[in-house]
Amino acid sequence: MSKVNALLQDTLDWVDARFPLTANWKAHLSEYYAPKNFNFWYFFGSLAILVLVIQIVTGIFLVMHFKPDASLNASGVPVAFASVEYIMRDVPWGWLIRYMHSTGASAFFIVVYMHMFRGLIYGSYRKPRELIWIFGMMIFLCLMAEAFFGYLLPWGQMSYWGAQVIVNLFSAIPFIGPDLSLWLRGDFVVGDSTLNRFFSFHVIAVPLVLLGLVAAHIIALHEVGSNNPDGVEIKKKKDANGIPLDGIPFHPYYSVKDIVGVVVFLMVFSVIVFFMPEFGGYFLEYNNFFPADPLVTPPHIAPVWYFTPYYSILRAVTYPLFGLDAKFWGVVAMGASTVIIAFLPWLDRSPVKSIRYRGPLFKGFLVAFLISFFILGYLGMLGPTPGRTLVSQICSVIYFAFFLLMPIYTSLDKCQPEPDRVTK
Amino acid sequence: MSCDENVDCGRRRLLLATATAGGVAGVATAVPFVASMMPSERAKAAGAPVEVDVSKLAPGQMMTVEWRGKPVWIINRTPEMLAALKTIDDQMADPKSDKPMQPDYCKNETRSIKPEILVAVGICTHLGCSPTEKFKTGAESGVDPNWPGGFLCPCHGSTFDLAGRVYKSKPAPDNLEIPPHMYLGDAKIVIGEDKKA
Amino acid sequence: MKKFLTALLFAPILAFASGAELHLDTAPDRANDIPALQRGAQVFVNYCLNCHSASYMRYNRLQDIGLTDAQIKDNLLFTADKIGEPMRISMQRNDAKSWFGAAPPDLTVIARARASEFGSGADWLYTYLRGFYRDEARPTGWNNTVFANVGMPHVLWELQGDQIMGDDHKLTLAKPGKLSAAEYDQMVGDLVGFLKYIGEPMSEFRKRLGVIVLIALGIIFVFAYALKREYWKDIH
Repeated sequence: MSKVNALLQDTLDWVDARFPLTANWKAHLSEYYAPKNFNFWYFFGSLAILVLVIQIVTGIFLVMHFKPDASLNASGVPVAFASVEYIMRDVPWGWLIRYMHSTGASAFFIVVYMHMFRGLIYGSYRKPRELIWIFGMMIFLCLMAEAFFGYLLPWGQMSYWGAQVIVNLFSAIPFIGPDLSLWLRGDFVVGDSTLNRFFSFHVIAVPLVLLGLVAAHIIALHEVGSNNPDGVEIKKKKDANGIPLDGIPFHPYYSVKDIVGVVVFLMVFSVIVFFMPEFGGYFLEYNNFFPADPLVTPPHIAPVWYFTPYYSILRAVTYPLFGLDAKFWGVVAMGASTVIIAFLPWLDRSPVKSIRYRGPLFKGFLVAFLISFFILGYLGMLGPTPGRTLVSQICSVIYFAFFLLMPIYTSLDKCQPEPDRVTK
Repeated sequence: MSCDENVDCGRRRLLLATATAGGVAGVATAVPFVASMMPSERAKAAGAPVEVDVSKLAPGQMMTVEWRGKPVWIINRTPEMLAALKTIDDQMADPKSDKPMQPDYCKNETRSIKPEILVAVGICTHLGCSPTEKFKTGAESGVDPNWPGGFLCPCHGSTFDLAGRVYKSKPAPDNLEIPPHMYLGDAKIVIGEDKKA
Repeated sequence: MKKFLTALLFAPILAFASGAELHLDTAPDRANDIPALQRGAQVFVNYCLNCHSASYMRYNRLQDIGLTDAQIKDNLLFTADKIGEPMRISMQRNDAKSWFGAAPPDLTVIARARASEFGSGADWLYTYLRGFYRDEARPTGWNNTVFANVGMPHVLWELQGDQIMGDDHKLTLAKPGKLSAAEYDQMVGDLVGFLKYIGEPMSEFRKRLGVIVLIALGIIFVFAYALKREYWKDIH
C-alpha cells in the first residue's frame, strides 16, 4: 500500500514540477475559502456548469447524426427536420440524448435566471465583483445567441418563423439594417445558407466564446472571493494564518454540498426528460413538429419562454420617435432591456449589499420588477391585443424604472446596519 | 477495509458508498452515449439480407449484387471451371480453406453450398480493392499463359481462382470472404442470413 | 393619473381574456392497449397510407405493438419490399399537389404537432376524423368542424356515413354508413391511438426507464445527503 502511495506521490511531484496541478487544486478548491453561510440560492452556479457540460456532451453526440440541410427528401420533408426524427427513432438512444439537449436548453435558462436573481438580491455585483457580473452578463447574452441559433436547427415551423422574425429585427437599424439582415441570412429568406451558418455558430463559434467567458467568470470570482447572503466581506476578518474566520474550504465542504444539489437537480431534470419532455409545449413547441414551410406562418408565433419578457418589451413600443419608426425603437428597447442589467454595479448606491439589510424602497421596486418581468414573460407567449399591449407597456416602464431610478431610491432608502460577520 | 486511528471511518465509508453509487450511475449514463454510435436502424435496414434470383444466371456468367455497401459476386461455374479448381491446389495459399474466411457450410472444395454457384464478397483481402474478372483462360486473359480463369486485383496484382482462393506469393493474405447465405427454393439466394443464425 | 390607475387595475383582465376556444372531444387512451393499436395500424395502412406517408416510421418498429416480422410482412407491408423500410408512399408529391392542391402531409408526428392549449394532438385528431360533414360549397363536397375548409375529402365516409351541419352548429347523421356511430368512434379511437404511438414510439419505454432513473437518483441522494451531513458536522 505504501509503495503505491509513494508511486502516486512521485507521479504528482513529477507533474507539479511541470504544471501547477496541486497549486491550482488548492487555489480553486481545497484552499479556496468560501463563506460558510451559503444558502439555497448558491447551488445555481455549480448547476449552471453541470448544465453546460450536459449541453456540450449531448451536443457532440447530436452533431454526429444531425444534418443541417433544408432541401426536401424523397418524402417531401426537409432533411434537417427528418434527421431530428432520425435521431429520435433510428439512432440507438438518440431520443434520450435529444430530449436531454432540448430540456437542457430550458434548464440552462432556469438555472441562470436563478443564479442572476441570487446576485441581484445579495448584491453580488457590487464592488469588487463588477467584472464577475459583466462576464456573467456576457455569458447570458452568449447563451441567448446560442439558444437562438440552436432553435433554428430542427427546422420546424417555430424554428423557421422565429428566426425569420428575429433576423428581421436587424432590418430596423437605420441605413444598414436591410443589408445586415440579408447578410445574416445569406439569402433573401431564411434558407439553407441560414441553417448552415446557424449550425456553425451553434456548435463552434458561440460555445468557444461561452467556455472562455465561463473561465473568466470563475477566475475573476476566485480572485476577489465569493459574496454571501449577508453581503459582508469575509476577508476583512481573518485568523492568525490569514484564513477568513467565516470561510471554509470549498472542497470538501461545498463540493459535497453541491453534489446534493446536483442530485436534486438531476431528479427534476429526469422528471421532465422522461415524463414530460415537451413540458406542455413550453420546452418543445407543438408547432415545431410541423416542418418549416416558407409559405405558411403558423397562427400563433411566439418565442420560447426564456425570450418572452424581452419579446414583450419589443412589442410594447408602438410609437415612432425622432423620425424613426416604432420598429426601430422596439429593437432598441429590447436590446437595452438585456444590456442594462450589466450596469447594475454603477446604478446601485446603497450602503449595504444584501436584501437582508436593505430598506423598503429597494424591496418594493424589486417586487414590482419581478412581477412585471413575469407578466412580460407571460404576455410574450400570447398574441397581441390592445389590452395586452397596454399591460406590457406599463410593465416595460416598471422594468426600466427599476434600473434607471435605482441611483435615486437606493440612496434614499433606510437600510439596516450590516453585521461584522456572517450570520447563520 | 482497515481502519486506523487517524482516519474517520464513518466518513470514509460514506465517501466510498457515494463514490460507488455515483460511479455506477456515471457508467450507466455513458451506456446510451456509447451505444448511440452503433449502426442505426437505417444502417441496419440498409444492411439487411438481400434476396437474389439466380434462375437466369447462365453457366459461366457472373452477377454482382450489393450487400452492406459491398459488391457480392454470384458466379454460375461451368463443369470445366470446377474441374480446373482441383488442378491448381498446389498454387494456392490456402487450398483447403482452413482459415475462417467462409461459413462452415462452405468449407469445401468449391467453397459453396451448391457446387456450381459461388457467392463471394468481391473485396480483395489485401487492401480492399475490388478485383476484376479474368474468366478467359490462358494467354488471352493477359495474366499468365497458364491462367485457368479467375480474378485479378488491379491495385496490387493479387490473383484469385474461381472459388475465390488466393494464389501463393501474392500481397493478399486470405481467400475472398464468403458471406453467410442460404437458398430459399431452387434459385433464390438470401445473402446476409443463414439458417444457423 | 386616475385613468392610468384604472387601466392598471383592469388591464390584467383585458390581457388574460383568451381568444377563440376550440372544443375537442377527448380521445380514448390506447397507449397500452396492444390489440387496439394493431387494429389502428391496419386502419392506417388501409385508409391513410395511400396518400400520407409516415416516413420516419419503419415497418419493423411495429414489433413494439406486438407484431412479428411475418405478421407485418403479410398484413401491413404494401408500400415497401423490406421490413426495415420506412412507411413511404408511391404517390409522387407533384402529382399529389396537382390533384389535391397541396401534397398530403407526412403523418409520423402529426399527433405531436396537433397538440395545443385546447387538448392533446390525439384529441384534435379524434375530433377531426369524426367531424367531417357535407358541404356542397367545397370542391370535395366535405368540410370539417375543427379544420375549416380542409383539403382532404372524408376518406372514411363509407364507414361513418354522411353527417350534415345543422343551424345549431351540431352535426347529425343524415345517412348511416357501414358502421354504427359507436363502432366508428371505436375505430377512429384505434387509429388515433396508433397515430399517437408512431408520433413517439419510445414513449412507453421512456416512462418505464424514467421510474428506474428516479429510483437510482433517490438512492444516490440518500448517500450524498448523508455525506454532506457528515462533513458539515465540522462547521459551526
